[in-house]
Amino acid sequence: MADDDINLSELSDDELVLQMHDDLYDGLKEEIEEGVNILISRGWTPYDTLTKALVAGMTIVGADFRDGILFVPEVLLAANAMKAGMFILKPLLIETGAPRMGKMVIGTVKGDIHDIGKNLVGMMMEGAGFEVKDLGINNSVEKYLAALEEEQPDILGMSALLTTTMPYMKVVIDTLKEKGMRQDYIVLVGGAPLNEEFSKAIGADAYCRDAAVAVETAKAYIARKHNQLAG
Amino acid sequence: MDDPTLSQAGLDEAARLGRVLLIACGALAREILALKRTGGWDHLDLQCLPANWHHYPDRIVPAIEKMVPARRAEYDSIFVVYADCGTGGLLQAACDRLEVKMIAGPHCYSFFEGNDAFAALDEMTAFYLTDFSVRQFDAFIWKPLGLDRHPALRDMYFGNYTKLVYQAQLNDPALDAKAEDCAKRLGLAYERRFTGYGDLAVVLGRVAG
Repeated sequence: MADDDINLSELSDDELVLQMHDDLYDGLKEEIEEGVNILISRGWTPYDTLTKALVAGMTIVGADFRDGILFVPEVLLAANAMKAGMFILKPLLIETGAPRMGKMVIGTVKGDIHDIGKNLVGMMMEGAGFEVKDLGINNSVEKYLAALEEEQPDILGMSALLTTTMPYMKVVIDTLKEKGMRQDYIVLVGGAPLNEEFSKAIGADAYCRDAAVAVETAKAYIARKHNQLAG
Repeated sequence: MDDPTLSQAGLDEAARLGRVLLIACGALAREILALKRTGGWDHLDLQCLPANWHHYPDRIVPAIEKMVPARRAEYDSIFVVYADCGTGGLLQAACDRLEVKMIAGPHCYSFFEGNDAFAALDEMTAFYLTDFSVRQFDAFIWKPLGLDRHPALRDMYFGNYTKLVYQAQLNDPALDAKAEDCAKRLGLAYERRFTGYGDLAVVLGRVAG
Protein backbone atom coordinates (compact mmCIF):
# COMPACT_ATOMS: atom_id res chain seq x y z
CA MET A 1 0.00 0.00 0.00
CA ALA A 2 1.33 3.47 -0.86
CA ASP A 3 0.63 4.84 2.59
CA ASP A 4 -2.05 4.61 5.30
CA ASP A 5 -4.61 6.44 3.16
CA ILE A 6 -4.12 5.06 -0.31
CA ASN A 7 -4.73 1.53 -1.47
CA LEU A 8 -3.17 1.41 -4.92
CA SER A 9 -5.30 -1.51 -6.07
CA GLU A 10 -8.47 0.51 -5.46
CA LEU A 11 -7.41 3.32 -7.79
CA SER A 12 -8.57 3.57 -11.39
CA ASP A 13 -5.87 3.18 -14.02
CA ASP A 14 -5.54 6.91 -14.54
CA GLU A 15 -5.41 7.59 -10.81
CA LEU A 16 -2.89 4.82 -10.31
CA VAL A 17 -0.58 6.15 -13.00
CA LEU A 18 -0.69 9.63 -11.45
CA GLN A 19 -0.08 8.12 -8.01
CA MET A 20 2.91 6.23 -9.44
CA HIS A 21 4.31 9.49 -10.77
CA ASP A 22 4.04 10.86 -7.22
CA ASP A 23 5.57 7.72 -5.72
CA LEU A 24 8.43 7.84 -8.19
CA TYR A 25 8.96 11.50 -7.34
CA ASP A 26 9.15 10.49 -3.67
CA GLY A 27 11.46 7.57 -4.41
CA LEU A 28 9.08 4.95 -3.03
CA LYS A 29 10.50 1.74 -4.42
CA GLU A 30 8.02 -0.74 -2.95
CA GLU A 31 5.03 1.32 -4.05
CA ILE A 32 6.40 1.46 -7.58
CA GLU A 33 6.86 -2.30 -7.62
CA GLU A 34 3.29 -2.71 -6.39
CA GLY A 35 1.95 -0.26 -8.98
CA VAL A 36 3.76 -2.02 -11.82
CA ASN A 37 2.37 -5.38 -10.74
CA ILE A 38 -1.17 -3.97 -10.52
CA LEU A 39 -1.05 -2.45 -14.03
CA ILE A 40 0.31 -5.68 -15.50
CA SER A 41 -2.38 -7.69 -13.71
CA ARG A 42 -4.99 -5.37 -15.25
CA GLY A 43 -3.75 -6.26 -18.72
CA TRP A 44 -1.51 -3.28 -19.37
CA THR A 45 1.32 -4.08 -21.75
CA PRO A 46 4.79 -3.92 -20.23
CA TYR A 47 5.65 -1.21 -22.76
CA ASP A 48 2.72 1.03 -21.75
CA THR A 49 3.49 0.45 -18.08
CA LEU A 50 7.09 1.43 -18.67
CA THR A 51 6.42 4.54 -20.73
CA LYS A 52 3.22 5.91 -19.18
CA ALA A 53 3.89 5.14 -15.53
CA LEU A 54 7.68 5.02 -15.11
CA VAL A 55 9.28 7.05 -17.88
CA ALA A 56 6.65 9.79 -17.71
CA GLY A 57 7.13 9.97 -13.94
CA MET A 58 10.90 10.07 -14.24
CA THR A 59 10.60 12.83 -16.83
CA ILE A 60 8.90 15.00 -14.20
CA VAL A 61 11.74 14.20 -11.80
CA GLY A 62 14.27 15.14 -14.50
CA ALA A 63 12.54 18.44 -15.25
CA ASP A 64 12.42 19.40 -11.57
CA PHE A 65 16.09 18.49 -11.20
CA ARG A 66 16.92 20.74 -14.13
CA ASP A 67 14.86 23.55 -12.60
CA GLY A 68 16.61 23.25 -9.25
CA ILE A 69 13.53 21.98 -7.42
CA LEU A 70 14.95 18.51 -6.83
CA PHE A 71 18.55 17.66 -6.01
CA VAL A 72 20.81 14.68 -6.61
CA PRO A 73 19.73 12.61 -3.55
CA GLU A 74 16.06 12.81 -4.54
CA VAL A 75 16.86 11.96 -8.16
CA LEU A 76 18.85 8.93 -7.02
CA LEU A 77 15.97 7.71 -4.87
CA ALA A 78 13.57 8.14 -7.78
CA ALA A 79 16.01 6.31 -10.04
CA ASN A 80 16.20 3.47 -7.52
CA ALA A 81 12.43 3.19 -7.53
CA MET A 82 12.29 3.24 -11.32
CA LYS A 83 15.03 0.63 -11.50
CA ALA A 84 12.95 -1.65 -9.28
CA GLY A 85 9.97 -1.21 -11.60
CA MET A 86 12.09 -1.87 -14.65
CA PHE A 87 13.47 -5.01 -13.05
CA ILE A 88 9.93 -6.44 -13.08
CA LEU A 89 9.22 -5.20 -16.60
CA LYS A 90 12.46 -6.18 -18.37
CA PRO A 91 11.74 -9.90 -18.84
CA LEU A 92 8.16 -9.09 -19.82
CA LEU A 93 9.34 -6.57 -22.39
CA ILE A 94 11.60 -9.19 -23.92
CA GLU A 95 8.70 -11.67 -24.06
CA THR A 96 6.15 -9.26 -25.49
CA GLY A 97 8.41 -7.17 -27.64
CA ALA A 98 8.58 -3.38 -27.64
CA PRO A 99 9.62 -0.76 -30.16
CA ARG A 100 13.43 -0.61 -30.35
CA MET A 101 14.90 2.81 -30.81
CA GLY A 102 18.50 1.76 -31.29
CA LYS A 103 21.51 0.54 -29.39
CA MET A 104 23.97 2.39 -27.18
CA VAL A 105 27.33 1.50 -25.69
CA ILE A 106 28.03 3.66 -22.67
CA GLY A 107 30.85 3.94 -20.15
CA THR A 108 32.81 6.26 -17.89
CA VAL A 109 36.22 7.16 -19.32
CA LYS A 110 39.61 5.92 -18.19
CA GLY A 111 40.71 7.20 -14.81
CA ASP A 112 37.18 8.04 -13.70
CA ILE A 113 35.11 5.98 -11.29
CA HIS A 114 32.08 8.27 -11.09
CA ASP A 115 29.08 6.53 -12.55
CA ILE A 116 25.95 8.12 -11.13
CA GLY A 117 25.24 10.23 -14.21
CA LYS A 118 26.16 7.41 -16.56
CA ASN A 119 23.83 5.02 -14.71
CA LEU A 120 20.95 7.49 -14.90
CA VAL A 121 21.48 7.98 -18.61
CA GLY A 122 21.64 4.23 -19.19
CA MET A 123 18.42 3.69 -17.29
CA MET A 124 16.53 6.47 -19.05
CA MET A 125 17.79 5.29 -22.43
CA GLU A 126 16.52 1.80 -21.66
CA GLY A 127 13.23 3.32 -20.59
CA ALA A 128 13.05 5.13 -23.92
CA GLY A 129 13.46 1.86 -25.82
CA PHE A 130 17.20 1.78 -26.43
CA GLU A 131 19.23 -1.34 -25.88
CA VAL A 132 22.08 -0.33 -23.61
CA LYS A 133 25.42 -2.04 -23.16
CA ASP A 134 26.98 -0.57 -20.02
CA LEU A 135 30.77 -0.85 -19.91
CA GLY A 136 30.97 0.46 -16.34
CA ILE A 137 33.77 2.70 -15.12
CA ASN A 138 37.39 3.43 -16.06
CA ASN A 139 37.23 2.48 -19.74
CA SER A 140 40.29 2.60 -21.94
CA VAL A 141 40.05 3.37 -25.65
CA GLU A 142 40.74 -0.30 -26.34
CA LYS A 143 37.75 -1.32 -24.25
CA TYR A 144 35.46 1.15 -26.03
CA LEU A 145 36.67 -0.05 -29.43
CA ALA A 146 36.21 -3.70 -28.55
CA ALA A 147 32.66 -3.01 -27.37
CA LEU A 148 31.84 -1.04 -30.53
CA GLU A 149 33.15 -3.90 -32.60
CA GLU A 150 31.19 -6.49 -30.69
CA GLU A 151 27.94 -4.65 -30.08
CA GLN A 152 27.67 -2.63 -33.30
CA PRO A 153 25.68 0.13 -31.57
CA ASP A 154 24.22 3.28 -33.09
CA ILE A 155 25.45 5.43 -30.24
CA LEU A 156 28.60 5.70 -28.16
CA GLY A 157 28.08 7.49 -24.83
CA MET A 158 31.01 8.67 -22.73
CA SER A 159 30.84 10.16 -19.26
CA ALA A 160 33.37 11.93 -17.00
CA LEU A 161 33.06 13.82 -13.74
CA LEU A 162 36.61 15.06 -13.44
CA THR A 163 38.35 17.89 -15.24
CA THR A 164 41.38 15.62 -15.33
CA THR A 165 39.62 12.73 -17.06
CA MET A 166 37.33 14.49 -19.53
CA PRO A 167 40.13 15.07 -22.10
CA TYR A 168 40.26 11.28 -22.51
CA MET A 169 37.05 11.52 -24.52
CA LYS A 170 39.10 13.20 -27.24
CA VAL A 171 41.55 10.30 -27.20
CA VAL A 172 38.67 7.92 -27.93
CA ILE A 173 37.18 10.12 -30.65
CA ASP A 174 40.58 10.72 -32.28
CA THR A 175 41.17 6.98 -32.32
CA LEU A 176 37.80 6.44 -34.00
CA LYS A 177 38.81 9.04 -36.61
CA GLU A 178 42.20 7.41 -37.18
CA LYS A 179 40.53 4.07 -37.75
CA GLY A 180 37.92 5.59 -40.08
CA MET A 181 35.13 4.62 -37.69
CA ARG A 182 34.01 8.00 -36.43
CA GLN A 183 31.11 8.37 -38.85
CA ASP A 184 29.75 4.95 -37.90
CA TYR A 185 28.55 6.15 -34.50
CA ILE A 186 26.63 8.96 -32.90
CA VAL A 187 28.93 10.13 -30.10
CA LEU A 188 27.23 11.68 -27.08
CA VAL A 189 29.20 13.00 -24.10
CA GLY A 190 28.19 14.16 -20.64
CA GLY A 191 29.37 14.87 -17.12
CA ALA A 192 29.39 17.76 -14.66
CA PRO A 193 32.45 19.71 -15.89
CA LEU A 194 31.61 19.32 -19.60
CA ASN A 195 29.89 21.87 -21.76
CA GLU A 196 28.79 22.41 -25.33
CA GLU A 197 32.03 24.09 -26.28
CA PHE A 198 34.13 21.18 -25.03
CA SER A 199 31.93 18.69 -26.84
CA LYS A 200 32.44 20.54 -30.13
CA ALA A 201 36.16 20.93 -29.55
CA ILE A 202 36.71 17.19 -29.10
CA GLY A 203 34.55 16.26 -32.07
CA ALA A 204 31.56 14.69 -30.31
CA ASP A 205 28.13 14.94 -31.90
CA ALA A 206 26.48 16.43 -28.84
CA TYR A 207 26.87 17.31 -25.17
CA CYS A 208 24.01 16.10 -22.99
CA ARG A 209 23.60 18.03 -19.76
CA ASP A 210 21.37 15.45 -18.13
CA ALA A 211 19.68 12.10 -18.71
CA ALA A 212 16.51 13.60 -20.19
CA VAL A 213 18.53 15.63 -22.69
CA ALA A 214 20.55 12.52 -23.54
CA VAL A 215 17.35 10.64 -24.42
CA GLU A 216 15.96 13.48 -26.53
CA THR A 217 19.28 14.00 -28.29
CA ALA A 218 19.67 10.29 -28.99
CA LYS A 219 16.14 10.10 -30.42
CA ALA A 220 16.75 13.13 -32.63
CA TYR A 221 20.03 11.74 -33.98
CA ILE A 222 18.51 8.30 -34.58
CA ALA A 223 15.59 9.88 -36.46
CA ARG A 224 18.03 11.91 -38.57
CA LYS A 225 20.04 8.77 -39.29
CA HIS A 226 16.91 6.94 -40.41
CA ASN A 227 15.90 9.88 -42.61
CA GLN A 228 19.33 9.89 -44.22
CA LEU A 229 19.14 6.16 -44.85
CA ALA A 230 15.64 6.54 -46.30
CA GLY A 231 16.78 9.45 -48.51
CA MET B 1 34.98 33.84 10.89
CA ASP B 2 33.40 30.42 11.33
CA ASP B 3 33.21 27.43 9.02
CA PRO B 4 29.44 27.44 8.44
CA THR B 5 29.63 31.09 7.33
CA LEU B 6 32.60 30.33 5.08
CA SER B 7 30.63 27.45 3.61
CA GLN B 8 27.39 29.32 2.92
CA ALA B 9 28.32 32.98 2.51
CA GLY B 10 32.08 33.31 2.11
CA LEU B 11 34.09 36.18 3.56
CA ASP B 12 34.85 39.80 2.87
CA GLU B 13 37.76 41.09 4.93
CA ALA B 14 36.75 44.39 6.41
CA ALA B 15 40.18 45.98 6.53
CA ARG B 16 40.76 46.74 2.83
CA LEU B 17 44.30 47.80 3.54
CA GLY B 18 45.92 45.84 0.81
CA ARG B 19 47.15 46.46 -2.68
CA VAL B 20 46.36 42.95 -3.84
CA LEU B 21 42.96 41.29 -3.64
CA LEU B 22 42.72 37.53 -3.31
CA ILE B 23 39.38 36.11 -4.40
CA ALA B 24 39.25 32.62 -2.97
CA CYS B 25 37.08 29.65 -2.15
CA GLY B 26 35.77 29.85 1.42
CA ALA B 27 37.28 26.43 2.08
CA LEU B 28 40.72 28.06 1.84
CA ALA B 29 40.07 31.08 4.07
CA ARG B 30 41.75 29.79 7.22
CA GLU B 31 44.78 28.54 5.32
CA ILE B 32 45.19 31.79 3.40
CA LEU B 33 44.85 33.88 6.56
CA ALA B 34 47.39 31.64 8.31
CA LEU B 35 49.83 32.11 5.44
CA LYS B 36 49.19 35.87 5.50
CA ARG B 37 50.00 36.01 9.20
CA THR B 38 53.13 33.90 8.86
CA GLY B 39 54.37 35.82 5.84
CA GLY B 40 53.40 39.24 7.17
CA TRP B 41 51.51 39.83 3.94
CA ASP B 42 49.34 42.67 5.13
CA HIS B 43 49.11 44.03 1.61
CA LEU B 44 46.91 41.08 0.62
CA ASP B 45 43.17 41.39 1.20
CA LEU B 46 40.95 38.35 1.10
CA GLN B 47 37.47 37.94 -0.25
CA CYS B 48 35.96 34.45 -0.26
CA LEU B 49 33.10 32.95 -2.20
CA PRO B 50 30.97 30.31 -0.45
CA ALA B 51 32.84 27.06 0.06
CA ASN B 52 29.74 25.03 -0.72
CA TRP B 53 30.03 26.15 -4.36
CA HIS B 54 32.27 23.12 -4.51
CA HIS B 55 28.92 21.40 -5.19
CA TYR B 56 27.80 24.09 -7.68
CA PRO B 57 30.88 24.95 -9.76
CA ASP B 58 28.68 26.65 -12.35
CA ARG B 59 28.25 29.50 -9.85
CA ILE B 60 31.97 30.22 -9.57
CA VAL B 61 32.67 31.69 -13.02
CA PRO B 62 29.76 34.20 -13.07
CA ALA B 63 30.76 35.37 -9.58
CA ILE B 64 34.38 35.89 -10.63
CA GLU B 65 33.26 37.67 -13.80
CA LYS B 66 31.18 40.03 -11.69
CA MET B 67 33.61 40.52 -8.83
CA VAL B 68 36.87 41.17 -10.68
CA PRO B 69 35.65 44.21 -12.65
CA ALA B 70 33.79 45.50 -9.59
CA ARG B 71 36.90 45.44 -7.38
CA ARG B 72 39.61 46.14 -9.93
CA ALA B 73 39.84 49.89 -9.31
CA GLU B 74 40.49 49.35 -5.60
CA TYR B 75 43.61 47.23 -6.08
CA ASP B 76 46.88 47.07 -7.99
CA SER B 77 46.11 43.49 -8.86
CA ILE B 78 43.69 40.63 -8.23
CA PHE B 79 44.53 36.95 -7.86
CA VAL B 80 41.96 34.17 -8.03
CA VAL B 81 42.69 31.49 -5.45
CA TYR B 82 40.84 28.70 -7.20
CA ALA B 83 42.08 25.84 -9.31
CA ASP B 84 39.78 24.59 -12.06
CA CYS B 85 37.45 23.23 -9.36
CA GLY B 86 34.99 21.48 -11.67
CA THR B 87 34.50 24.39 -14.06
CA GLY B 88 35.83 22.38 -16.99
CA GLY B 89 38.31 25.06 -18.07
CA LEU B 90 35.73 27.86 -17.96
CA LEU B 91 37.33 29.53 -14.94
CA GLN B 92 40.72 29.64 -16.65
CA ALA B 93 39.06 31.10 -19.77
CA ALA B 94 37.30 33.74 -17.67
CA CYS B 95 40.52 34.64 -15.84
CA ASP B 96 42.30 34.96 -19.19
CA ARG B 97 39.58 37.31 -20.45
CA LEU B 98 39.74 39.33 -17.25
CA GLU B 99 43.55 39.32 -17.33
CA VAL B 100 43.94 37.92 -13.82
CA LYS B 101 45.90 34.88 -12.69
CA MET B 102 44.61 31.82 -10.87
CA ILE B 103 46.09 28.66 -9.32
CA ALA B 104 47.14 25.90 -11.67
CA GLY B 105 45.72 22.41 -11.30
CA PRO B 106 42.39 20.64 -11.15
CA HIS B 107 41.36 21.32 -7.52
CA CYS B 108 42.62 22.03 -4.02
CA TYR B 109 43.30 18.32 -3.34
CA SER B 110 45.86 18.56 -6.08
CA PHE B 111 47.58 21.81 -5.10
CA PHE B 112 47.68 20.93 -1.39
CA GLU B 113 49.53 17.78 -2.34
CA GLY B 114 51.54 19.70 -4.94
CA ASN B 115 50.21 19.49 -8.50
CA ASP B 116 53.12 17.45 -9.83
CA ALA B 117 53.10 15.03 -6.91
CA PHE B 118 49.33 14.65 -7.10
CA ALA B 119 49.39 13.90 -10.82
CA ALA B 120 51.93 11.15 -10.17
CA LEU B 121 49.83 9.51 -7.44
CA ASP B 122 47.40 7.56 -9.61
CA GLU B 123 44.77 7.29 -6.87
CA MET B 124 41.63 6.96 -8.93
CA THR B 125 39.64 5.36 -6.11
CA ALA B 126 40.65 7.80 -3.36
CA PHE B 127 38.18 10.28 -1.87
CA TYR B 128 39.95 13.34 -0.46
CA LEU B 129 39.25 15.50 2.53
CA THR B 130 41.15 18.58 3.70
CA ASP B 131 41.15 20.23 7.13
CA PHE B 132 38.12 22.27 6.08
CA SER B 133 36.10 19.38 4.74
CA VAL B 134 36.92 17.23 7.78
CA ARG B 135 35.74 19.99 10.12
CA GLN B 136 32.66 20.55 7.97
CA PHE B 137 32.08 16.94 6.94
CA ASP B 138 28.41 16.81 7.90
CA ALA B 139 27.47 20.19 6.47
CA PHE B 140 29.73 19.94 3.43
CA ILE B 141 29.50 16.27 2.42
CA TRP B 142 27.05 14.17 4.42
CA LYS B 143 23.98 16.40 4.32
CA PRO B 144 24.29 17.79 0.76
CA LEU B 145 24.49 14.21 -0.49
CA GLY B 146 21.33 13.40 1.47
CA LEU B 147 23.07 10.74 3.54
CA ASP B 148 21.57 12.08 6.76
CA ARG B 149 18.10 11.33 5.37
CA HIS B 150 18.90 8.40 3.08
CA PRO B 151 21.92 6.46 4.32
CA ALA B 152 21.16 3.74 1.77
CA LEU B 153 22.45 6.07 -0.94
CA ARG B 154 25.99 5.83 0.45
CA ASP B 155 27.14 3.05 -1.81
CA MET B 156 25.65 4.69 -4.89
CA TYR B 157 27.97 7.61 -4.23
CA PHE B 158 30.99 5.87 -2.74
CA GLY B 159 30.74 2.28 -3.93
CA ASN B 160 33.58 2.71 -6.42
CA TYR B 161 35.93 4.36 -3.92
CA THR B 162 38.30 2.28 -1.82
CA LYS B 163 39.91 4.75 0.58
CA LEU B 164 39.54 8.15 2.14
CA VAL B 165 42.71 10.22 2.11
CA TYR B 166 42.84 13.01 4.66
CA GLN B 167 45.24 15.63 3.37
CA ALA B 168 46.17 17.35 6.59
CA GLN B 169 47.18 20.99 6.47
CA LEU B 170 47.76 21.02 10.22
CA ASN B 171 48.92 18.40 12.69
CA ASP B 172 45.78 18.13 14.76
CA PRO B 173 44.99 14.79 16.45
CA ALA B 174 41.33 15.76 16.85
CA LEU B 175 40.95 16.32 13.10
CA ASP B 176 42.82 13.08 12.45
CA ALA B 177 40.36 11.18 14.65
CA LYS B 178 37.41 12.89 13.00
CA ALA B 179 38.71 12.11 9.51
CA GLU B 180 39.13 8.47 10.47
CA ASP B 181 35.52 8.45 11.65
CA CYS B 182 34.45 10.02 8.32
CA ALA B 183 36.17 7.15 6.51
CA LYS B 184 34.33 4.65 8.69
CA ARG B 185 30.99 6.31 7.97
CA LEU B 186 31.67 6.17 4.23
CA GLY B 187 32.78 2.55 4.45
CA LEU B 188 36.28 3.37 3.18
CA ALA B 189 39.81 2.56 4.31
CA TYR B 190 41.61 5.47 5.93
CA GLU B 191 44.89 7.17 5.14
CA ARG B 192 46.25 10.40 6.55
CA ARG B 193 48.85 12.38 4.65
CA PHE B 194 50.34 15.57 5.97
CA THR B 195 50.52 17.99 3.04
CA GLY B 196 50.80 21.33 4.79
CA TYR B 197 49.77 24.12 2.44
CA GLY B 198 51.51 22.61 -0.58
CA ASP B 199 51.49 24.72 -3.74
CA LEU B 200 49.13 27.21 -2.08
CA ALA B 201 52.02 28.55 0.00
CA VAL B 202 54.35 28.69 -3.00
CA VAL B 203 51.83 30.49 -5.21
CA LEU B 204 50.74 32.98 -2.58
CA GLY B 205 54.39 33.66 -1.78
CA ARG B 206 54.84 34.68 -5.40
CA VAL B 207 51.68 36.79 -5.40
CA ALA B 208 52.81 38.52 -2.21
CA GLY B 209 56.09 39.36 -3.97
